[in-house]
Amino acid sequence: MSSTELRHTALDALHRSLGATMTDFAGWDMPLRYGSERDEHIAVRTKAGLFDLSHMGEITVTGADAAALLNFALVGNIASVGVGRARYTMICQADGGILDDLIVYRLAETEYMVVANASNAQVVLDALTERAAGFDAEVRDDRDAYALIAVQGPEAPGILKSLTDADLDGLKYYAGLPGTVAGVPALIARTGYTGEDGFELFVTPEHAVELWQALTKAGEGVGLVPCGLSCRDTLRLEAGMPLYGHELTTDLTPFDAGLGRVVKFEKEGDFVGREALAEAALRAQQNPPRILVGLIAEGRRVPRAGYTVVAGGAVIGEITSGAPSPTLGKPIAMAYVDAAHAAPGTEGVGVDIRGSHEPYEVVALPFYKRQK
Amino acid sequence: MSNPQQLRYSKEHEWLSAAADGVSTVGITEHAANALGDVVFVQLPEVGSTVSAGETCGELESTKSVSDLYSPVSGEITEVNEDVVDDPSLVNSAPFEGGWLFKVRVAEEPGDLLSADEYTEFSGS
Repeated sequence: MSSTELRHTALDALHRSLGATMTDFAGWDMPLRYGSERDEHIAVRTKAGLFDLSHMGEITVTGADAAALLNFALVGNIASVGVGRARYTMICQADGGILDDLIVYRLAETEYMVVANASNAQVVLDALTERAAGFDAEVRDDRDAYALIAVQGPEAPGILKSLTDADLDGLKYYAGLPGTVAGVPALIARTGYTGEDGFELFVTPEHAVELWQALTKAGEGVGLVPCGLSCRDTLRLEAGMPLYGHELTTDLTPFDAGLGRVVKFEKEGDFVGREALAEAALRAQQNPPRILVGLIAEGRRVPRAGYTVVAGGAVIGEITSGAPSPTLGKPIAMAYVDAAHAAPGTEGVGVDIRGSHEPYEVVALPFYKRQK
Repeated sequence: MSNPQQLRYSKEHEWLSAAADGVSTVGITEHAANALGDVVFVQLPEVGSTVSAGETCGELESTKSVSDLYSPVSGEITEVNEDVVDDPSLVNSAPFEGGWLFKVRVAEEPGDLLSADEYTEFSGS
């Protein structure tokens, strides 16, 4: 950050009127929680939650070569994404290290919206701009053009249906189409970061308050509550979803993170990181250094990012994310551990919690999967 | 939120009741509980152990963080709140009542404990 001054979303005054506890997240002053983060978490799992995610970084890519540029710049096969569909993907360095994980929406034949993490938006923008040299494509910084409001949870479809004529039943998971919600023009996307069904609504900042209030009113009778970033973190952790800076870093390739499936070697043409990633794929298959696993506590002390994972008195790994899980009622964590200790059910694994070795069970991710 | 007038307060955000037969009750303030968020684990000192004013004697874990628990006075622990060990959310729902943490036979107290009004000004709430 070049400036220590926090950025505020279009919903800032509304959050304050709701009594939110705010936090500095990647240079943005964002709601951490409005009341109890546990209650907010449970509301998303059982009813619905409303999130301000306007800190996310939108980048628009247009032009005749938009698809070709993204196929070169990103590891996924973006040219194969149909209009109105979305894809989870990553942008890597030439050495295969992960710069960010992204959702790319294909809005039209020659128009894509790339959504980056707030903390990496500038890095992604710079990389895309640099990689666009020689392509007939424009990379546009649209961070200020959008507010992003998410409604997540089993009641989310019903709430949204009452505010839009858009065909939500026809809108599949990882799809997004322009429409109107509560009279406001919006890109309606069926995406999220909670492990629940739900929607993300991209609107102009001027319309954010109006949309938030309409959603609040529509959700009143079914238990919709405003939700902060604290429960967003525990929701994504239970769903086994990685968070950049924790499970994903420039020191790791997608294969190291267990997400090699996002790399599409079969796509046409070269792409940044291809050679290094091919080696990483082989290494992960033959001799993986460490593997991302889930850990469930037997006790009640919570593992935190950076704590060491131990077995037989030796360090065998490191926690990347940890929190008390409202759904499981126990502390859970994701950790990179040595392959020898990564199999679910491996005995004798513990976490060093401020000097004491607490027993943990090794499990496969995710911790939580919604019943469809 | 209001900080009860009959209690005294430390700058580490603990409250201390007036001594009854030399024993005071200790908890954390509503301001501290709100700052922590949902408390999920409480580790309290052992009954019979000695604590010193301003030194750590346990820990409080919330969704986002772990914080040390300080004793506002020096003395011997006579009782700990087992209810709050079983249900740490009491710290959030009733910080000045059912969410009390421990009782201490006061041997010595520091001179810088705050009144309710002073603490309200210090904590800004």
